[in-house]
This record gives sequence, structure tokens and C-alpha cells, in this order.
Amino acid sequence: MIRVENLHKAFGAQRVLQGVSLEVLSGEIMIVIGRSGGGKSVFLKHLLGLLHPDAGRIWVDGVELTQLRGRALDQVRERYGVVFQGGALFDSMTVFDNVAFPLREKTTLSAQEIAARTEEKLAQVGLTGMGHKYPEEISGGMRKRVAIARALVTEPEIVFFDEPTTGLDPVLVNAIHHLILDLHRKFRFTAVMVSHEIPEIFQIAHRVAMLHEGVIVETGDPQAIQGSANPVVQQFIRGEIEGPIRAT
Amino acid sequence: MNRGTAPALLHPIESLGRVSLDIVESLGRFGLFLGQAGAWTFVPPFKVGQLLQRIHFIGFRSLSVIVLTGAFTGMVLGLQVFLTLERFGSEAFLGPAVALSLIRELGPVLAALMVTGRAGSALTAEIGIMRITEQIDALTVMALNPMRYLIVPIIVAGLITFPLMTAMFDVVGIFGGYLVGVRLLGLSEGTYFGEMRTFVDMADIMTGFWKSLSFGVIVTWVCAYKGYYTGHGAEGVSRATTQAVVLSSVLILVWDYFLGSVLP
Ligand SMILES: Nc1ncnc2c1ncn2[C@@H]1O[C@H](COP(=O)(O)OP(=O)(O)OP(=O)(O)O)[C@@H](O)[C@H]1O
Ligand SMILES: [Mg+2]
Repeated sequence: MIRVENLHKAFGAQRVLQGVSLEVLSGEIMIVIGRSGGGKSVFLKHLLGLLHPDAGRIWVDGVELTQLRGRALDQVRERYGVVFQGGALFDSMTVFDNVAFPLREKTTLSAQEIAARTEEKLAQVGLTGMGHKYPEEISGGMRKRVAIARALVTEPEIVFFDEPTTGLDPVLVNAIHHLILDLHRKFRFTAVMVSHEIPEIFQIAHRVAMLHEGVIVETGDPQAIQGSANPVVQQFIRGEIEGPIRAT
Repeated sequence: MNRGTAPALLHPIESLGRVSLDIVESLGRFGLFLGQAGAWTFVPPFKVGQLLQRIHFIGFRSLSVIVLTGAFTGMVLGLQVFLTLERFGSEAFLGPAVALSLIRELGPVLAALMVTGRAGSALTAEIGIMRITEQIDALTVMALNPMRYLIVPIIVAGLITFPLMTAMFDVVGIFGGYLVGVRLLGLSEGTYFGEMRTFVDMADIMTGFWKSLSFGVIVTWVCAYKGYYTGHGAEGVSRATTQAVVLSSVLILVWDYFLGSVLP
């Protein structure tokens, strides 16, 4: 279980997180929605230990992440899989090597076993036969899928997705969502996912949280969010121009 | 809150204090960077593959530049020193004059400057791009220390390649001096190399060696650091690259003077 308590973060005078509190239960798929530039990626980076909060605390299964450094922090990260918003693929390596990389570095599997698992993951994201290409030789959507394959290849317990489907065509969005659900059924990982895919996310989320103006304004299962009485949530999920959120 | 908004002139003491703090902080970070890299160098597992790749990049691929500049430096030295010595009737000392200038000063310094231009700037850009595209963050969250994975191989490769590049520069340069002095201007071959053997001793070679070794650390340290802490976007990377080259070059010359005055 991940517990976030009263997280604050400012960059200079810009206050991005102003008291975020959230609980993510073990094995659930939690989807965070919110406006572009609202601090969702910044929030995820705190969960990854890449950014340190100005105030507030984060626990991952009872250990206080915000107190950890070095080895101890890495021990928590060993259980993570991460899909960065931009993919963050290693551009000096081929697609195959990118996906094989965590297995080569973190496990003692044989080369054949690594190749087999890598090919399997590439097939699952629909990229069979693309292994020899370099990241700059494939499309943006393909890069996203490589990043997903790389994050899941080690079968992590906790997976963070930062907009894994943004920029993909609708068929692929559904394919990726199904893949995530499938793998989730198999491995029961905990997922924290940032996504703008409304309404598709309501099919896969166990719970949805909305981050707005630096705080979580509402958390609930998909029905509760869709039927929310909060005008901010309503305006956001319907994409209306008129309302409490100003389209600036 | 009003940090940076008040004109510096209105609060001279305050802004002076802030600038000093910033300088001290970045100096501290700069030193810490090398300290951390140094500490991780001795923690297994060692990234041998990465190291070989870096040696190839910093060393092997700089060879043509080194040979070219080394040859011409030697030839220029051969010509100029010959013309000077001729006035005193002591052309016989051309060999040691060329060899000593190369081995003690020009070899280490010019080789380091050339490698900075060819490989150092590329290293900064590469690491800077890895930073802004979150590849370094990706390494970090895979629990792979980017210091160990990325930076240590670069600095160790600098330690290994710079002395070798410098030796190459010296040898080619001495040969360039030979071409001009002996083949072109008619000094005897025996004099050129014979006097060299008499006047160049181990202390001179060690001076050059220590210089090149420390330049190897300075260049890779500065270039890796500038890339690692690059600013935002493409502009940040290009600024980091420029700064890396300028700072490396300045430090090479300053450190050369310092070593020149403490080493025998
Ligand atoms: N390292 C940083 N330094 C300074 N400001 C930052 C940094 N990272 C993020 N910010 C700022 O924090 C704000 C939130 O950024 P963030 O990337 O979290 O938005 P987001 O919710 O992920 O948006 P999107 O949906 O477009 O990805 C932005 O205004 C951004 O400029
Ligand atoms: Mg984002």
C-alpha cells in the first residue's frame, strides 16, 4: 500500500503540490487525472524518490520513502516498474536491448531466457520484429509501447504509468488498456497511472483521483467519480469550457 | 517570495550574499560529484563493457586528431626551434629542445585540449540529453546508480586514455620534428636522437605523465558534471556543452601552470 500525506512541493515561487494526500491499496489500479501542467508528473516523481517534497510524507508498504536514501531507497525501487511520460528509452540501445536491459542488469537469467522474455513482452505490445530498430527510428506510439514493455518485463509489484497511451490511436489505446488489465490479472501489481483517456479509464480503473490546484479534490471508484457532485470533477470529465476550471 | 524580483542595486549586500552562496553551493556540488564517482569506482560490479565503450570513444576515435595535431606541432617546433638555435650555432640541441617541449608541456596540454574539443563536448551533450529526456531518471528508478553506470566509466576511461593519447602525441610530434630538422634542414639523424637521449630523463617523462593523468580526470569530470546537471531543454544542453569546453580548457591551463611549478 502506498500512502501519501500532505505533500507540498514548490519550484521557486510556483507552488505545484499544496497538500496532496492519497492512499493506493495493494493490487489496485489507481488512475490520477487532472489538468495539463497540474503537477501529476511531479507527484509521480515524488513516489519514485526522484523529487524530494518540501513537506509531507510518503509510505510504501509501511516504510517511509521520504526518509530513505541510497541503498534503502533502491530496495524499494527494485519493486518498481516505471513508464515515463516521454518514454525515457535509452537512445544508444536498440528496442530489444532497451527491453532486455532491466533483465540483464537486475537478474541472473541466461541469455536465452532473457531473449525469450523480451520477445514475449515485445509481442504483447504488438512490436514483434521491431527489436533491431533504434528508438529514433520508430514512431512515438511505438516508443510508448517499448517503454511499457520495458517497465513490465521484470514483473514488478508496483507499476507507475505516466500517460502511457497519450498520442496513440484509439485502437491502440484500448489494446494497451487491455494489456494492462491482462497483466494485472496475472501479476496483481499495484498500479498508479496518470492518464487523460476519459472515458476509457473508467473501464480499467479501480479508483480514480483528481488532482486540481495542488490537492486531490476527489477520490472514488469510476461510478462515484462519474456521478460526482463536485463541479470541478464534472467539468473536467466532460471537458466543458464553462465552469469553475478556467481554460487558460 | 520576492527572490530575484528586487533590483540587485537596491539590496547590494543581500544579492552579494546570494551570489556567494550560489557559488559555494555549486562548487560543493562539483567537488561532491568527483568524490562520489571516486567512491563508486571501487564498488563492484564493475561496468567493463561501458568502460571499453568509453575508451573507444574518448581514446580510439580521437587518434586521428591527435596524430594530425601532434605531427604539425612537432614540425612547427622543429622549424622554429631550429631557426632560433641556428643563430647561436647550437642546432645540435634541436632534438632535446623539441622532445622536452613536447613531453613536459605541449604534449599533455595540446592532447588534452584536442580531446576536450572532440570527445568532451560530445560527452556533455550525450549526458545532457540523457538528463533532459529522463534516461538518467530511468536508470535511477531501475535502482541502477547512474554515477556508477554512467559517470565512473567515463572518468576511468579518461585516466586510461589521456596518458596514452599524450604519449602518441609526443611520439608523432618528435617524428614531425625529425622530418623537418633532419630530412628538410639537414641535421644529422644521430645528433637529433642522440642528444635527445642525453638530455631527456625519466623526471621529464613523469612530469608529462602526471599532467596527462590529471588532465584526464579534469576533462572527464568537468564534461560529465556539466552534462549531468544540465539546464532545461535543448538550450540547456547547448549551454552546458559550451561551458564544459571553456571550463575544461581553462582548468587545463591553470592546472598545467600549477603542476609545472610543483613538479621537478
Ligand atoms: N524540475 C522542475 N523545475 C521547475 N519546474 C518544474 C519542474 N518540473 C515540473 N515543473 C513545473 O511544475 C508544473 C507541473 O508539471 P507536471 O509535469 O507535473 O504537469 P503534468 O500534470 O504532468 O502535466 P501534463 O499532463 O501536461 O504532463 C509545471 O508548471 C512545470 O513547469
Ligand atoms: Mg505529466
